[in-house]
Amino acid sequence: MGLGLLCVIWLITLLSSYFFIAKKWWLPVGASASAAAIDHQFAVTYVIVGVVFVVAQMALGFLVWKYRADGSTGRAGYSHGSTKLEILWTTLTIILFVGLNLIGSPIWAAERFRPAVDGATRVEVTGMQFAWYFRYPGPDGKFGATRPELEDPSAGGEGALGLDPKDPSSKDDVVTGVMEVPVDREVELILRAHDVIHSFFVPALRFKQDAVPGLAIHMHFTPIQIGTYEIACAELCGLGHYKMHGVVKVVSQNEFDQWLAAREADKQ
Amino acid sequence: MVAQEFHGEHGAPQGFIRKYVFSLDHKVIGIQYYFLALVAVFVGMFLSLLMRIHLIWPAASLPLLGEIKPETYLSLLTMHGTIMVFFVLTTAPQSGFGNYFLPIQIGAPDMAFPVLNMLSFWTTFVAFVVMVSAFLVTGGAPLHGWTGYAPLSALQSAGPGEGLGADLWIISIAIFCVASLMGALNFITTTLDMRARGMTLMRMPLTCWAWFITAILGLLAFGVLLSAGILLLMDRNFGTSFFVPLGTINGQLTGHRGGSPLLWQHLFWFFGHPEVYIAILPGMGVASQILSTFSRKPIFGYRAMVYAMLSIGLLGFMVWGHHMFMSGMSPYSAFAFSVMTMAIGVPSAIKTFNWLGTLWHGRIRFSAPMLFAIGFVSLFVSGGLSGPFLAQPVLDIQLHDTWFVPGHFHLIMGVAAIFGIFGATYYWFPKMFGRMMSETIAKWHFWFSFIGTYAIFMPMHYLGMAGHPRRYSQLTEVAYLAPLMPVQKFITYAAFVTIAGQFIFVWNLFSSMRSGKKAVDNPWEATTLEWTVATPPPHDNFGGHTPVVHNGPYEYGVPGAARDYVMQTDPALVAAH
Amino acid sequence: MAALSPTIAPPESVTSRGGRDNRPPVPGGGDGDPGDHRRDDFASRLRRSRLAFVVAVVPISMLFVSFTSAYIVRQGLPTLDRSGNLLVHDWFPVPLPTALFLINTGVLLASSVTLERARRQFARRVALQPLHSIPGISMGTSRDFPWLALTIVLGFAFLAGQGLAWRRLAAEGFFVASGPSSSFVYLLTGTHAVHLFCGIVALLVVASAVLWRRSLESPCILVDITAWYWHFMALLWIYILALLEFAG
Repeated sequence: MGLGLLCVIWLITLLSSYFFIAKKWWLPVGASASAAAIDHQFAVTYVIVGVVFVVAQMALGFLVWKYRADGSTGRAGYSHGSTKLEILWTTLTIILFVGLNLIGSPIWAAERFRPAVDGATRVEVTGMQFAWYFRYPGPDGKFGATRPELEDPSAGGEGALGLDPKDPSSKDDVVTGVMEVPVDREVELILRAHDVIHSFFVPALRFKQDAVPGLAIHMHFTPIQIGTYEIACAELCGLGHYKMHGVVKVVSQNEFDQWLAAREADKQ
Repeated sequence: MVAQEFHGEHGAPQGFIRKYVFSLDHKVIGIQYYFLALVAVFVGMFLSLLMRIHLIWPAASLPLLGEIKPETYLSLLTMHGTIMVFFVLTTAPQSGFGNYFLPIQIGAPDMAFPVLNMLSFWTTFVAFVVMVSAFLVTGGAPLHGWTGYAPLSALQSAGPGEGLGADLWIISIAIFCVASLMGALNFITTTLDMRARGMTLMRMPLTCWAWFITAILGLLAFGVLLSAGILLLMDRNFGTSFFVPLGTINGQLTGHRGGSPLLWQHLFWFFGHPEVYIAILPGMGVASQILSTFSRKPIFGYRAMVYAMLSIGLLGFMVWGHHMFMSGMSPYSAFAFSVMTMAIGVPSAIKTFNWLGTLWHGRIRFSAPMLFAIGFVSLFVSGGLSGPFLAQPVLDIQLHDTWFVPGHFHLIMGVAAIFGIFGATYYWFPKMFGRMMSETIAKWHFWFSFIGTYAIFMPMHYLGMAGHPRRYSQLTEVAYLAPLMPVQKFITYAAFVTIAGQFIFVWNLFSSMRSGKKAVDNPWEATTLEWTVATPPPHDNFGGHTPVVHNGPYEYGVPGAARDYVMQTDPALVAAH
Repeated sequence: MAALSPTIAPPESVTSRGGRDNRPPVPGGGDGDPGDHRRDDFASRLRRSRLAFVVAVVPISMLFVSFTSAYIVRQGLPTLDRSGNLLVHDWFPVPLPTALFLINTGVLLASSVTLERARRQFARRVALQPLHSIPGISMGTSRDFPWLALTIVLGFAFLAGQGLAWRRLAAEGFFVASGPSSSFVYLLTGTHAVHLFCGIVALLVVASAVLWRRSLESPCILVDITAWYWHFMALLWIYILALLEFAG
């Protein structure tokens, strides 16, 4: 039985480690500026945790095999422990765990402790059961007022957001169902929700943030690779949670300018 | 049960109702809790089976139940989580085994307040009935997840099941809070006031320490959950706006304004994080107990184990924000919570080292309890080590609300803690029922469960890394999920096999109760007080006399002693420690 | 048997006997080992119940701590206004029926005093009870002042007063859902009232136990811990009132 346990534990350990190392189902390609640092922190964590995982499981398997009672009449080694060992492994564990956290902290600080830079592409993202809408401020650079009484999801676009036609700033706001942004330029997002909590998650951009009703949350990211990336809602929001998806299209600055200009022209 | 002359408050009861229904005997109450949890776990498992089937065959039509709609999937998910966390993991390890064995292991004739004990069981039972009744009302059970985030849980029109079903869910949880607090009161008072002579705190078995600390956690946490439930009920039914801001749902104004969804999260997780330690600590105590017994060695580092459990309890109240990194909470708070979270990994690691130290130089006997204790250690290591990923906010950006999270918590709560329950069952069954369970069937149960649960829950980490969000009823709408379907299929097939394996446990349990081999008083040659009493124990546990304790709880393999184990009531060891 | 000082403790000799000696246990004991009786005599039961009360204070406090933190958070919380672009504070204070609350406070404090009297009265009666069985001893037939009954009356008076306060608030137009601070007024006072009502129920149980002339020991223990619970409820009420008046 000891041998059986050792074999099964070691096998499970090696098999699961293999799939982590082979990265068969893994992070998508990182299309934002923060991806490199985040992926690196993943790698560091995997190496450290992976070593601990393998060593601990292998040790467990080894110990239950080696110290099996095998009919010899000898007794177990009598010991109540070792204070020295306790201090040693406690200290090492503290250093390892807290150190790992502190290594990753500057990345978090860079992502979240500062507001977006001036000149970022501003997009307001609104989640509602069960769709994402995106709003651009238009040539006046201001987001128009919205009023909850005017919100009408069946109308789509401006109607769904409840754009107030009386506010002059709202006339030039562009509302789309697809988010288009220029590459290599910081994007400032303002996240809102109308009804329940949703979450704006784009795995390829290493970006996630909950959209909370009653709040307008400012975030930023910088796309560095042209392409089309899927958005998946990442906070349970009702029966349509599984199909509340959208698309972020990262295009060249030129293409973006043309696209936006065409949309703004439609609004005149 | 042997009628026993006893000068206490209550002699042995007569009559079926007093003996088995409204019993005041902590042993009967413990068994009642255990069987409630057994029913609950099969309900919860059935719900998860339906979930797994729907995920890989969304259009399938099941016999009797028909097609499972997306909202039904979410109701299954909500009730699965709620029933498992409350009625299984907070019930069997603590109220089940703790009720039965805490008094005996500390040398007491019963819990401090037997009437309160009886009431706390029946209150729990009522809570369970109310919870299950949510399935039967118009709209069905709620779909807001066991975490019940507002405003989804606060708006009756947010989805099917969010009407009466959600109210019943809250009421059930509120009743459960009261029942738990009654139990915690009993456990703490009993541990502090009713230990036998010589049973100092530092001579208590680690199971008793675990039950004691778990009760303290419950005492501090359940009041907060109750408060959150009251506020939510008020938002839902009395028009208040604790959690709901100005907004619309389906184009209709909700009628609320000014509330904060994040307030719910803070209150819920202030309870919710200690709750997961409530779920695992008794299992840790049982693992320590079994590993020591079956290695024939004292637990390595008894004091360190006690301090580790105390640290886990204390730190457990300081980390709740790690569930909220992506919530819109301040990023500075996130940093603080993440440092505390990494810190709480330390005492858990210490316990693991000490378990390995217990095995080292042991004389390991591979009886069924030991297999599950060893399995506990392996699963706890696996589940625990995915923690450092989620504890770092910068990595949590990618992993929050993906399948990585259920992978993490199922390995610890949904398997390791369950292995603690299994281990405790196999270990204490002989004392409780006077018979031995079948070792052969038990071994099959172990292999099915150990391999099966790894097969189910390890692949979930890969899904999370690939960005598969959780609580999706199907994978058909988001394109990047399509390549992950083979993994989901594998998990479902593994679940079929593993769930099937649990039936052999139930078979073993009931057939052994009826016709298992008769057990001697101390079949495992163990040292703690429950093994000094008759099998099953008499009504007042110790047959009229109070034990006097001279030794620590884990004196195995003492050099120079006549046997390889010295019981706690045996004459004091020459080498006092 | 036990001396009735404010803290009732079992005689020293019982707890310290044999604590450190290494004599093996007497098998099949129960022959006068005081350890057995130690568990179930009046003093031990009282001590255990008081310990349980101290433990019970914790979750009740946590409930109100949780409400308090929700109160403070909600008060300071900015929320998006109707235009969706501005963060505003929507907290406005509620005009409290302060005079009425102060009268109720007085009633509650008075009931604390009467219950404390009742508690001591019971303790004295339990201590003197053994004397009743000695022939030739007369304890007199003067009836004791009904402190317990008075407490129950005052308790109901307090609840009635709270009901009146609610009526006053509603008359001013402040209902449960009228605004955030209004919700909290009803929530805090209502939860406190429910807890106090549970105390009244306990006192009614004591009263009926006494009327049915069972042993006085159990009712005495119940009165004792209910009295401590009641004093705690009085303190809690003062805290709630202060929170609403000064932090509202």
